[in-house]
Amino acid sequence: MVLDYVGVKEINGSLIVLDGVKGAFNEEIVEIRLDDGTTRQGRIVQMDGERIVVQVFESTRNISLVNTKTRLAGKPMEMPLSHEIIGRILNGSGKPIDGLGDIFPEKTANINGTPMNPVSRVYPKNYINTGISTIDTLITLIRGQKLPIFSGSGMKHNELAVQIVRQAKIADDNGEGFCVVFAAMGVKNDVADYFKRSFEEFGVMNKVVMLLNLANDPIIERILTPKCALTVAEYLAFELDMHVLVIMTDMTSYAEALREFSSSKGEIPGRKGYPGYLYSDLASLYERAGMIKGSKGSVTQIPILTMPNDDITHPVPDLTGYITEGQIVLDRALQGQGIYPPIAVLPSLSRLMKDGIGEGYTRSDHQALANQLFSSYAKVIDARSLASVIGAEELSPIDKKYLKFGTEFESRFINQKFTENRSIEQSLDLGWELLGYLPKGELDRVDDQILNKYYKPIEDQ
Amino acid sequence: MDNKDVIFGINGPVVTVKASKTFSMMEMVYVGKQKLVGEVIKITDKATTIQVYEETTGLKPGDEIVGTGAPMNVLLGPGIMDNIFDGIERPLKEIEKITGSAFISRGAAVSSLDTEKRWNVTLTVKKGDKLKGGDIYAATQETAIIEHRVMVPPYLSGEVVKVYPNGMYTINDTVVELKDKQGKIHKLTLCQKWPIRNPRPIAQKKPADIPLITGQRVIDTLFPISKGGTAAVPGGFGAGKTMTQHQLAKWCDADIIVYVGCGERGNEMSQVLQEFGELIDPKSGRPMTDRTVLIANTSNMPVAAREASIYTGITLAEYYRDMGYHCAIMADSTSRWAEALREISGRLEEMPAEEGFPAYLPSRLSEFYERASRVINLNGSEGSVTVIGAVSPQGADFSEPVTQNTKRFIRCFWALDKSLAYARHYPAINWMTSYSEYFTDLDKWFEENQGREFINCRAKISSILQEENKLMEIVKLIGADVLPDDQKLIIETARVIRVGFLQQNAFHKDDTFVPLEKQKLMMKTILHLHEVATDLISRNIPISRITSLGLFDKLTKMKYDIPNDRLDMFTEYEKEIDEALNSTISAEFN
Repeated sequence: MVLDYVGVKEINGSLIVLDGVKGAFNEEIVEIRLDDGTTRQGRIVQMDGERIVVQVFESTRNISLVNTKTRLAGKPMEMPLSHEIIGRILNGSGKPIDGLGDIFPEKTANINGTPMNPVSRVYPKNYINTGISTIDTLITLIRGQKLPIFSGSGMKHNELAVQIVRQAKIADDNGEGFCVVFAAMGVKNDVADYFKRSFEEFGVMNKVVMLLNLANDPIIERILTPKCALTVAEYLAFELDMHVLVIMTDMTSYAEALREFSSSKGEIPGRKGYPGYLYSDLASLYERAGMIKGSKGSVTQIPILTMPNDDITHPVPDLTGYITEGQIVLDRALQGQGIYPPIAVLPSLSRLMKDGIGEGYTRSDHQALANQLFSSYAKVIDARSLASVIGAEELSPIDKKYLKFGTEFESRFINQKFTENRSIEQSLDLGWELLGYLPKGELDRVDDQILNKYYKPIEDQ
Repeated sequence: MDNKDVIFGINGPVVTVKASKTFSMMEMVYVGKQKLVGEVIKITDKATTIQVYEETTGLKPGDEIVGTGAPMNVLLGPGIMDNIFDGIERPLKEIEKITGSAFISRGAAVSSLDTEKRWNVTLTVKKGDKLKGGDIYAATQETAIIEHRVMVPPYLSGEVVKVYPNGMYTINDTVVELKDKQGKIHKLTLCQKWPIRNPRPIAQKKPADIPLITGQRVIDTLFPISKGGTAAVPGGFGAGKTMTQHQLAKWCDADIIVYVGCGERGNEMSQVLQEFGELIDPKSGRPMTDRTVLIANTSNMPVAAREASIYTGITLAEYYRDMGYHCAIMADSTSRWAEALREISGRLEEMPAEEGFPAYLPSRLSEFYERASRVINLNGSEGSVTVIGAVSPQGADFSEPVTQNTKRFIRCFWALDKSLAYARHYPAINWMTSYSEYFTDLDKWFEENQGREFINCRAKISSILQEENKLMEIVKLIGADVLPDDQKLIIETARVIRVGFLQQNAFHKDDTFVPLEKQKLMMKTILHLHEVATDLISRNIPISRITSLGLFDKLTKMKYDIPNDRLDMFTEYEKEIDEALNSTISAEFN
């Protein structure tokens, strides 16, 4: 016997309250039928005896106290999964919108996932060659890593993400399949379109699953989008043994959706109005990256987030940085100088890099070179700030060398063309070449053996 | 009983029961059909509030809640070492085996410790012995280096009436029978339970006058910590908190390491598992895991268990301390724990204090840090628990509530600095903002073991760094070129100290752990060069002449060039310095 509950008791933002509901369980899905024949979905988020609070995914517009019939679905939010999902375009809550019909599920999975047992994880070690010097040399991306791009509005994060997708050798040598899961949350239509066109251009569209929740789509659906995307990714990686790259943009919109939902529930706000559980919530997404024993596949995440007012201490980038394994930070000043990709080297970091590079992975001098470049470039910044006070002419000869190194480093190492795909050897050699602008005594992060092999000073003209 | 307690309301990890009188505060309960573990956190005459340590999806109003009659506790006994648990002491390896899946399902009922495994037990008491709480009655080799000493539960005492023979026993087998004053017979097994929120009792606290040697130069020389001390490692993301914690866990001279991954990354825990398994402890020649227990409650595991994980960790440490071991607990990170408090407090609709944290945050922090100390145990042995907590301040702003409140209860503050980390200066411990209050307590030990010289060197090193800091203010404004030579020398020496001494390479085989003796000799050599150079400058020899000798560069690399077992090489270095500078003098004046 299926019961319909007629009418609702309260409506508040995206929440409706029903009373006298029997037999419901926490997080259960409900179906709401309106008088005009349309249906919407919702999820139970709070219960007090027979009073339940339901979050409506597609907004509560047109719902009145009397015009609905609500039915319990008897199951939590699940996502239909099948290998046929590759190449499809879905909406934010996982329903196909490409007009190719429903997905015939081989299985369904709860979109919340379950936490991976830390014991069952495989520590990620295989590096992904992206063909971008800055990333490969200094912020190496590792398969199974979560490495966000911290950007700001108007910066070239989308181009960077597209370039990574195009150039990255995601599949491994023994030809395991790879695919891309793309989740758009609250982005503009042209951004989603740009990604779509780019995927089509390099002919990988049949390897992409797109979940689109655009800027004008309902907020609540946006909260589900990354969960659905990661459920797909986990299925492809751990059951179909594929290497999956997940791009999620824009995490800031996701967090804002969460804030809107939280405040409509009347929860006590934490920093900048975001709910106190923002950290746990973000972690429940980011932690779904990785590799597990007994499966050949992997989930690698590149979330993109725009820092409001370019502020890296804003709660969203801040909490993200504490969860993810490093970050790629973009810099507006570099972009202003026409440098692409405008990666701010110093605050960027890859935590998994140290075990995935060096002998047997990239080249034995990689770690030492990376340390030296970081350390020398930090001195460039010091020299520049000194120059802005006393003038470049007054600098000591060694500081002048740093200035020269800095300019060359930015215009030749960081800067590269959108279509340029550099091999790891090229990138490392270029790094050594640029260090030639500095005298040997300044290179204190490298031991003499490596230095003798690779270092060639460039004499002053 | 027909009067069952059932769920009324559900909100995230918090469930409520209406008008029940059966529960007591902090009691452990089982919730619903799947028997999810929960804890009573609030009682009024109208409702009892319970926090559930697992995902609450699928729970229904009307599901039964069963009390256990005891507060949240952990099982203590052999099998803890070399194991990995979640926040409420469930063994993750066992769960993996039982569920056969890489994902943690809910309500997985597994005993914390292996109940099948037989331990080779040696009984150390005989019939008629009078035992009191904490006394050891049996021992078994838990791992190759840790002997597990089985103790009488703290509040029990009496006379031994029966002793079983030495042999193989599981943790639940009775090995000793004890008759208390009332004549009641207690069967003692190899294990006992202890509520995680209660500190285990001790006989007496001891002063903090023995250092915990970590082999990390900046810590051992400039900011030492004592055994039984407390330290905080605050730093924004990417500043190297976890790296510092790992280094300490690997190299510090505690007998037992409890590593609590509290709300941190899953991949990091798998790294710890892998690295510690491969790494050989130089003292014992055995893998590090033999003396390590890991508590892994990653950030996506339930938030309430994250709150408990810190207490679980320190209870395990206290248990081994009672056996007479020196234990160190690394908590990474206490901010995640504080956030778990905030999250649960928010669900309870409590009145928030600063930044949404509950008003009881400081008292909870102090309760935790006060469990650290060096003590005389009930059984007369000496042990210690050292607490090193990482703090992840929001936006790397040290004025936020968790950092500020932590600062009040710890005595060692290793402040990690973003700009040092950007320049890849690790450990990125800022020598200007960090401090240790243990200096004076430890002076006596250093004097006895390393001589007065060590303390003198340390004082000079830190005064040069102070001096440099002042000079850098000027340099920032007008450049280094205008400074007089003696000040340039300070800057040059400070550079050697920073790069050659404070900076330490965790991936270099000699540099990752440096014995105190080498630390002292390194300081001595640097200061020797500084003194001789000062002398030369006072004779009007320009500093450029001195630096062109390459001695400063040579000293910055001595950490790599001198292996830890070739400390005699320092004499050669000193000789070389003297010779090079003497020849400069003769060249100048002849």
